[in-house]
Amino acid sequence: MHPASFGYDAPGSLEEAFGLLRQHGEDAKLLAGGHSLLPAMKLRLTQPEVLIDLSRIPGLSGIRTDGDTLVIGALTTHTEVATSETVRGLLPGLADTASVIGDLQVRNRGTMGGSVAHADPGADLPVTLTALNASFVLTSSGGERTVAADDFFVDFFTTALEPNEILTSIRIPLPSTPARTSYAKLPHPASGYVVVSAAAALTVDGGACTGARVVLGGVGGTPHRATGTEAALVGKQLTTDVIAEAARQAGEGIDPHADSYADEEYKRHMAVVYAGRAIEAAAARV
Amino acid sequence: MSTEQNNPDSLIGASIRRVEDPPLLTGQGCYVDDVKLPGILHVAIHRSTHPHARIVSIDTAEAAAMPGVVCVLTGDDTGDLALRAPMLTPDMNMPEHPVLARGSVHAVGAPIAAVVAESRALAEDAAAVIGVEYDPLPVVTDAEAALEDGSPLAHEELGTNHCYTMKKENGDVDKAFAEADHICRLHMKSPRLVAMSMEARGVLAYPDPIRNELTVWMSTQGPHRSRADLANSLGFPENRIHVIAPNVGGGFGSKGCVYREDVLVCHVAQKLNRPVKWMATRSEDFLTTCQGRDQAMTSELALSKDGRMLGLKVRVVANLGAYLHSATAGPPQRMLVMAPGCYQIQDVRVEIVSAFTNTVPTGPYRGAGRPESVLNIERLADKAARDLGMDTLEIRRKNYIQPDQFPYRTGVNVVYDSGDYEKSLDEALRLSDYDRLIRMRDEARERGELVGVGVSTFVEPSGGAGFESGAVRVDRTGAVTVLTGSSSHGQGHETVWAQVAADLLKVPMESVVVRHGDTIAIQQGTGTFGSRSAVMGGGALATAAERLVAKAKAIAGNLMEASPDDVVQVEGGFAVAGVPERNVTWRQVAGAAHAKGTPAGMDPGLHEIAFFDPNREAWGFGAHVALVRIDADTGELTIEKLVLVDDIGVVLNPMIVEAQVHGGLAQGLGEALCEQMVFDEEGQPRTGTLMDYAVPRASTMPPLILGETETLNPFNPLGVKGVGEAGTNGAPPAVANAVMDALSPLGIDHIDMPYTAPKLWRAIKEARKG
Amino acid sequence: MKHAALPINVAVNGKARAAEVEPRLLLVHFLRENLGLTGTHVGCDTSQCGACTVHLNGAAVKSCTVLAVQADGAEVTTIEGLADGADLHPVQAAFQQEHGLQCGYCTPGMVMTAAHLLETQPDPDDDAIKHALEGNLCRCTGYVNIVKAIRAAAEQMR
Repeated sequence: MHPASFGYDAPGSLEEAFGLLRQHGEDAKLLAGGHSLLPAMKLRLTQPEVLIDLSRIPGLSGIRTDGDTLVIGALTTHTEVATSETVRGLLPGLADTASVIGDLQVRNRGTMGGSVAHADPGADLPVTLTALNASFVLTSSGGERTVAADDFFVDFFTTALEPNEILTSIRIPLPSTPARTSYAKLPHPASGYVVVSAAAALTVDGGACTGARVVLGGVGGTPHRATGTEAALVGKQLTTDVIAEAARQAGEGIDPHADSYADEEYKRHMAVVYAGRAIEAAAARV
Repeated sequence: MSTEQNNPDSLIGASIRRVEDPPLLTGQGCYVDDVKLPGILHVAIHRSTHPHARIVSIDTAEAAAMPGVVCVLTGDDTGDLALRAPMLTPDMNMPEHPVLARGSVHAVGAPIAAVVAESRALAEDAAAVIGVEYDPLPVVTDAEAALEDGSPLAHEELGTNHCYTMKKENGDVDKAFAEADHICRLHMKSPRLVAMSMEARGVLAYPDPIRNELTVWMSTQGPHRSRADLANSLGFPENRIHVIAPNVGGGFGSKGCVYREDVLVCHVAQKLNRPVKWMATRSEDFLTTCQGRDQAMTSELALSKDGRMLGLKVRVVANLGAYLHSATAGPPQRMLVMAPGCYQIQDVRVEIVSAFTNTVPTGPYRGAGRPESVLNIERLADKAARDLGMDTLEIRRKNYIQPDQFPYRTGVNVVYDSGDYEKSLDEALRLSDYDRLIRMRDEARERGELVGVGVSTFVEPSGGAGFESGAVRVDRTGAVTVLTGSSSHGQGHETVWAQVAADLLKVPMESVVVRHGDTIAIQQGTGTFGSRSAVMGGGALATAAERLVAKAKAIAGNLMEASPDDVVQVEGGFAVAGVPERNVTWRQVAGAAHAKGTPAGMDPGLHEIAFFDPNREAWGFGAHVALVRIDADTGELTIEKLVLVDDIGVVLNPMIVEAQVHGGLAQGLGEALCEQMVFDEEGQPRTGTLMDYAVPRASTMPPLILGETETLNPFNPLGVKGVGEAGTNGAPPAVANAVMDALSPLGIDHIDMPYTAPKLWRAIKEARKG
Repeated sequence: MKHAALPINVAVNGKARAAEVEPRLLLVHFLRENLGLTGTHVGCDTSQCGACTVHLNGAAVKSCTVLAVQADGAEVTTIEGLADGADLHPVQAAFQQEHGLQCGYCTPGMVMTAAHLLETQPDPDDDAIKHALEGNLCRCTGYVNIVKAIRAAAEQMR
């Protein structure tokens, strides 16, 4: 299948990219790794007039720490995240997430920024990044602003990005007590997308949970904070019973959609199962 | 199964590495889309988005005016150009099957307009802007529903959804049921499956108006049959059509027939006098290529209280989809020859009813009716044992046809050539360490875990559907060419036929070249499907080789001044019996054959052709054992062990046979675990891409143990039986029986495949709710 | 609306290639149609099957999901460029030895993915091999001999 015809530009700087965005307005789409956009274009589900390829802009890729923040360039590939010693050391749950996206070839090409900006409800990274309390640096010709994950994902395929903005980096806080992070995913047997997934970031002090962010994927249009689950963990020893009770809370207050593979009730139950698995895995991290 | 050869001196039975591999491994294969011709035009097709509708209007004006577009065709242009399927019964109902819709469409994906353009991209651009106005009509997608009174009609003009009914009855079924102590009943549906060959369908037609000829490259399993079908549809002489099956990227039954696009592309090429190509996209392949299974089976098994099977009634309702391809109506008929499986049941009634629906046409897909038949009888056997409180092995052993009964005429009046079903069962039990499996299961069950063990023992008919041709030619220099009608598309015929020919001629394998897949090069052929190549192609080749050796012996005798009766084969040629120093080489014999060296009265040349038809199928068999575990919390099914013992008679190349079992098994596990083409009630496909339709991946494959027994086929010159569908036929029922065994403590006695996690979870939940 | 062709320079199998291409041209079509390298196959339209896998700057990618213009300035290796002259790459040789192919259609993609895997992970266990093959579908072999072949190639290459 061939995408409909389009124009293409590969700006060498952000300034140039902003100019192109101004020039083409809504007719343009930004191209990062292309692994969400190009498949949709091949099926002619979307037919942008112009693609603005961000890959030639220097400085948009790479993983570094900036004080107590991990900074990941928007064009960093999933493989780079999955295999980064830095990420593996600091946030193993994020490395685990990157390593189960799509498949080997997709990970070699797909980017964190592309996945986040696309905001597919079946994507993995939005779930984990929300659990990690990441924020997204949105740059425009007027400067940049930083939006927390909790506020960034608005609805199915919809984010806080304005048409004149480019997601340039992802910032993940690294608190002084390192979080124990994990990701558990039930993949769709055909697409590999999330049927249901859960990410957990826990802080533990002396065996007791001092902080918890538990986020579900696949149960709605955006990553879902399982606040009941989080509340059921904080202040408790992470025993099997405590985890099971907290996980049970994950099935409350969600409205998953049935699809050709799984019905709503199954997904709701899987939210419980996978929240439990994610919490257990996080709790077991040292 | 050992991959070492049985007889170290024999090429037959040796795991020779494939000669077809080097080009395929280096990117030098040539599939239809790789064929280069100057000036190829490309076709893209605008397809129905409605499952059933009258077409009010088609607007092609904008498309026709687009850059690069040569023409746009609709049903008004192609008129009566259509596919025709054979009449199987005198009163069979047959809907129109025009290459482009004429006034109405009956399935999503039905072709409405074809754009011919200078590139595929431009053709797709234009096809996308064609506007069709529909008047939607009521829809039916389920075959059983389609046969109910008042059902919507898949084809209004037929006035019925019924296609054909076939019945077979033997013995006194009513008496058997009247005398039975127990009747075991089961209703099952086999999931609709997509063949999903990695290469989607494709066709390239090259017309030669000066010579009045047409060359067609097709991704097909049988070029000669395709040629005849094209000739019939096009009204163009068969002997002026040259069909080439180049490298073919899998078929699994779905590429056995000619499709509308094949006829359309040939027609357009002839009309425009330009080479024209169409390649299916994967999405088009999901909507247009014949799909498999989708049969509903309602069965009753009459039993004595000690577990003897007394009588069998089977009613099959088959979903044919919206249109009839040449082989669409075939698979359900398998039940007519396989219903009693490996059991001695003489009082049998089988009824096949087939129906049209507003879905993709069905047709042969690996197994093609065999998996449904095996599933039916093997699930019945298991359920019967449970009903009677018997062991599932005991009921099987008690009813097997015994080795001394072969050839055995079954209750559906078919003769099985040979068999020893207990032997293969015992081997499977041994390899699986069956008693230990049962102990493990029982212990797990004590702990409340859902673990099950399942067995299926089955027959696998192979080699049906007409003749096959084979020829062996030895040219002037002694070079050997095999010409086979078995058109290989992954089965390794270039290797195996060379092994067989070299073995029979006593020449080095390297001196044999195998040709196939070309209607000019090859005398005639039927093709590769239904596990038939080893039996039919091999039988033809062996017969031709035998004739060739006989003729060569006569020529050799002439050269050595010996009686042909005294001539024996030696490595590389012939010698006088007992006098090894009096010998001639194949090269000398071939030279003589082409230069007045044949005995008086004998034609020159060394080229023997055989058309082989034993008028019977070969009845391979096997026993498969599965150990499964179900996670009650998620419904996830894990196959922890799978043992497959197959008896296919003589094994020509163990490496290739083993890999055929692997491949068939993967497709069988697809059916058991994850594959199902789903249409919603409105007739829209819900699983029409690889994003929704799950095929097995590397990680799907469980640990395997393969074994074999060898019971020779007495009606085949090589002693062989087919193997291509063994894994597909035997493994899914073993898994099904294991799953039902695992769920039996919950009182669940049947669930249809595929056993997806959500489906099993739901069943467990509801059973526990009570 | 047709958009202007753009110049690209790509090193394919070590050979510099210059072309003017439409922006919408996919890398797989550039390789197959513009360069005649038909060993790279198209098996789906949703980036699932992996038959089109090539190496782009050393990494296995699905060439059906890369625009030719995105490959401007890059190095591409296809199945045609994997062998060293007449010497098959160890993965290719192992696929023949272990009978890891039947119809051959998925094979180029399988081989390219496997070759990339073994460059990044010289000693993968079966689970790692299967994980690496998630994006490569095969309908003939049941993957059994493919996994075996990759294991054998790994041993050969170490």
